Amino acid sequence: MHIFVMLLVNGLAEGALIFLMAAGLSVILGLVGVVNFAHGTMFIWGGYMSIWVYRLTGSFPLALLAALATGLIMGVVFERFFVKPVYGKVTSQILITLGLMIIFTDLVRLLWGPNPIPMVRPPLLDGTWVFGQVIIARYRVFLIAVGLFVAVGINYLINKTRIGMVMRAGIQSPEMVQALGINIKLYFAAVFAGGAGLAALGGALYAPLVGSVWSGMGIDNQILAFIVVILGGMGSFYGSAVGSILIGLTSAFTAWFFPPLTAYSTLLIMVVVLSLKPEGLFGLAVRK
Amino acid sequence: MKPLLKVDDISSFIGPFHILQGVSLEVYPGEVVVILGRNGAGKTTTLRSIVGQVPPSKGAITLDGVSLVNMPTHIAVRQGIGYVPEDYGVFDLLTVEENLALAMRQRDKPTHNRHDEVLEIFPDLRIAFRRLAMTLSGGQRQMLSIARALLNENKIILIDEPSKGLAPIVIERIQKVLLSLKKKSTIVLVEQNFALACAVGDRYYIINDGRTVLNGSIDDLIDDTALQQTHLGLMPA
Repeated sequence: MHIFVMLLVNGLAEGALIFLMAAGLSVILGLVGVVNFAHGTMFIWGGYMSIWVYRLTGSFPLALLAALATGLIMGVVFERFFVKPVYGKVTSQILITLGLMIIFTDLVRLLWGPNPIPMVRPPLLDGTWVFGQVIIARYRVFLIAVGLFVAVGINYLINKTRIGMVMRAGIQSPEMVQALGINIKLYFAAVFAGGAGLAALGGALYAPLVGSVWSGMGIDNQILAFIVVILGGMGSFYGSAVGSILIGLTSAFTAWFFPPLTAYSTLLIMVVVLSLKPEGLFGLAVRK
Repeated sequence: MKPLLKVDDISSFIGPFHILQGVSLEVYPGEVVVILGRNGAGKTTTLRSIVGQVPPSKGAITLDGVSLVNMPTHIAVRQGIGYVPEDYGVFDLLTVEENLALAMRQRDKPTHNRHDEVLEIFPDLRIAFRRLAMTLSGGQRQMLSIARALLNENKIILIDEPSKGLAPIVIERIQKVLLSLKKKSTIVLVEQNFALACAVGDRYYIINDGRTVLNGSIDDLIDDTALQQTHLGLMPA
């Protein structure tokens, strides 16, 4: 039983991290219609910026804020200058966002060097709680709390605010939203930047979990996020939330019970889900 | 009297296709102008060009003296256009309430009064207020689409084929609504249903192969069966 509880916490923590990246990716794909291969770049930059600020100030909250701000700014710049000119042109979007990923990943290597940079957990979040045989890392509980907080926040935004209404309507028909007098492109930019901010926050939270940052961590996690987006149903926020938890738990349990399957477990889950439900768990029968 | 809406010799392309090749029309305050023509003549594209969804490559469009050419759609409609598209343009994943709320450009008292009024005009929408739009019937979706256009203080309302795909009894209801709107709004109506067009319209324009070929009063058109046959393919009763 204690193993089950520990794996559950580990899986949920991993799911929370994947969710931060997948939620933005999914909403960007659903609303803006952009397959953003540069999303993982925000994850890397969030990680590196947070370490830089943490070492400079010693404040973990400030480090997280710096990562979030970096993601938001990069999101605004990427959207305004690189993505906006290629709206509706999928091939160009893929090429441009892939190019951005390569350039900004190399820029990280140029600025911080090719070797991993270690990151320690802030003292308050370091250590474990012990309940009988159950040992739970505090940082993992913190990750679950952040993931939950972000999920509740996004859920509120989508379902209870005008911004959310525009987003839900825009996923179906951006052209009709415009015809109601709403500047949908402003919302596109905001969603793109918001998604980028979340990815950067994910990178900042990931670094203390694994103990370091390295320039390849973006692509590793981006692949997981893409799997979640496809698994959950493209454009669906709920799909990305459920998909992230599913992938997180699958990874944790497979790593413990069937170690040789760990590398393939997420793909296996995707194959099973898509075989039963080709549009993904929460995929909609709405076409742009 | 100056026209409220003036479309002057516009040309519009959709992709490589030259759809409008010289459409002109004038709409005066308080009248209902019906755009008629066969399928594919360019009627819908004319409305989409007015709201900027298919920006014209040549020609002029003015609303109350303000040029709409090269204006993004959201700014063009904010000049005072209510647009009811051919496929209703209703957002399936939003409730009726949210569809209406999204269309409200102001949060002032007159807008809220109009919101209450449209629910009076369309009681079906009040009943289905909290339901997702995807659960509505075709007629209810059309009502919701028209209701959204009535929420704002618009100078003109563009309605694209409101009777399309609807049962005769629903068309009757839509006709009643359009007749009630006629007293207080300026309307451009694209319509294939000749009976509805005649019941509601004051003047007509016929578009053929992307060009305005004829215009006049609806009464004259009703009397001229030869013209109906030639340009609209209608057989004498």
